[in-house]
Amino acid sequence: MSLNVAAPRISWRHATVIEVVPETPRTRTLVLDVPEWPGHRAGQHVDVRLTAEDGYQAERSYSIASPPEEPRLSLTVERLKDGEVSPYLSDELRSGDKLELRGPIGGYFVWDISLSGPLLLVGGGSGIVPLMAMLRHRNAALAAANMERHLMPARLLYSSRGWDEVIYRDELARLADSDRTLEVRHTLTRDQPAGWTGFRRRIDRAMLEEISWPPSEQPRVFVCGPTPLVEAVAQSLVELGHQPALIKTERFGPTGGSV
Amino acid sequence: MSLISRGFRGRRQSAETAGRLPPGQYETRDFPVLSAGPTPRTALTAWNFTLQGADGRLARWTWDEFVALPRQTTTTDIHCVTKWSKFGTMWEGISVDTLLAEAAKHGIEPSPYVLARCDGGYTTNLPLADVTGGKAWIAFSYDGAPLPPEHGGPARLLVPHLYFWKSAKWVRELRLMESDAPGFWESLGYHNYGDPWREQRYAGDE
Repeated sequence: MSLNVAAPRISWRHATVIEVVPETPRTRTLVLDVPEWPGHRAGQHVDVRLTAEDGYQAERSYSIASPPEEPRLSLTVERLKDGEVSPYLSDELRSGDKLELRGPIGGYFVWDISLSGPLLLVGGGSGIVPLMAMLRHRNAALAAANMERHLMPARLLYSSRGWDEVIYRDELARLADSDRTLEVRHTLTRDQPAGWTGFRRRIDRAMLEEISWPPSEQPRVFVCGPTPLVEAVAQSLVELGHQPALIKTERFGPTGGSV
Repeated sequence: MSLISRGFRGRRQSAETAGRLPPGQYETRDFPVLSAGPTPRTALTAWNFTLQGADGRLARWTWDEFVALPRQTTTTDIHCVTKWSKFGTMWEGISVDTLLAEAAKHGIEPSPYVLARCDGGYTTNLPLADVTGGKAWIAFSYDGAPLPPEHGGPARLLVPHLYFWKSAKWVRELRLMESDAPGFWESLGYHNYGDPWREQRYAGDE
C-alpha cells in the first residue's frame, strides 16, 4: 500500500461526445473531447462509468482507438447482445452528451515507435481497436519524424466474420496503399463477397507462418480478440518458435466468443 | 459527484446480487480469461512448487508430493479488476497455511511479504497476512476438474478477497520477503493491494 502513495489517482473526467461515426452494423466510434486528458499510449484503454438517475452505476473498459497524436479521444464500441453498457453507448448516446471516464489504463499492451523492429498485429473483431491505435500512431509518428519506415515494418492479420463487419475497412486500405512497409491481410470466416480471394478460415498456424516474419527477426507481436482466437494465435506463434515474452495478448468477451 | 447518464437505466440486480457485488463490478456466469501473454504449458513431470524463505532456504514439492498434502475445498466469489465478478466458484487445493507449516519443518520462518512467481514470468506481491489464516490456496482443481491451462493450470494462487490478478496463474513459487516489492501489474499502473470492496483498481486509488 505504501508503494502507491506517490501515484496520482486516475480521476474521473466528464467527456463530451463531439461526433458519432458509424463503422459497421454493430460498431460505432465515439469521438470525445476530454478536458485535461493527460495523454496516452497506443494500446491503452479507459474505464467508462454510467450513472442512472437513481444513482445505479455500471462500469466497463474500452480500448482507445485514437493515436496519442490526436487531440480528441476515440472509442470504438461494439454493441453486445444482452450487454448492459454497450447498447447505451451504441444506441442512446449522441453528440453533445456527456460521458464519464477515467484513464489511460494499462501499461503492458502498448506500442510506440521507440520500439524498433518489425510489428506484427493479429486481431479478431473489435479486437482491432487497440491495434488500430498502434497503426495510426505508427503512421502519424513516422511521418512527423520523417523516419525510415522500412526499419519498422508492420503487418496486420485481421479476422472478421464478413466483409461488412470489417471495422476501419477503408482506412486500413488507405493506410496500406500509401505505405509499402505496411501489409494488411484479412480473413473472413463466415461470409465472403463474390470474387473474394483472401483467407476464408479462422486464423491458424499455417496462416501465421505465411504472414509473420521468422522468429529470428524477433517481431513484436500484439494479439487482441476473443479468447479462443487469442489462445490459438499465441499458442501457434510459440510453436512456430516466437519468444513468449515478445507476444502480448489482450482478450475480451465471453469464453465462447468466435470470430 | 457523478454525472447522470441521460437515458441510462441499467440492468437491475436482486438485492442479494447487489450486496455481493463490490463497487463497479457486474456479475457474469461465464469464466472470462485474461492473461498478458501466451499460456505456458508445463508438464506435470517437470512441475514443482517452491516456498523460499527470506534467508534463501527452500522447501520444494514435486507434483505428486504437492497433491498428496492435505487438501481443502473452498467455494467463493471472485472479482476481476476488468469489472466482472463470478459467484460461488468451487476450488480444491493446498492452503498456504499448510505450505508454511510444512516449510517451518525446514527452518523457513514467516516474513511480512510474499511474492508469487509463475511460469511465463508473471509475478504478484501480497502481504503475508493476506495469504494466511485460511485466506489463500494453491488451487489445482476448479469445479471438480483439473484446472485448465488458460485458467492457470496446473496450479494457480487463489486469494479471492483481492482482485483476481493477485490470484496468479501458473504459480510455481512463493518467495517470502522482508520488504514489499511490486509485481507485474503492480509495476504497470495497477494498485499495490487491490481490495475490490474499496475499489482499489489502479495506483493512486485510495
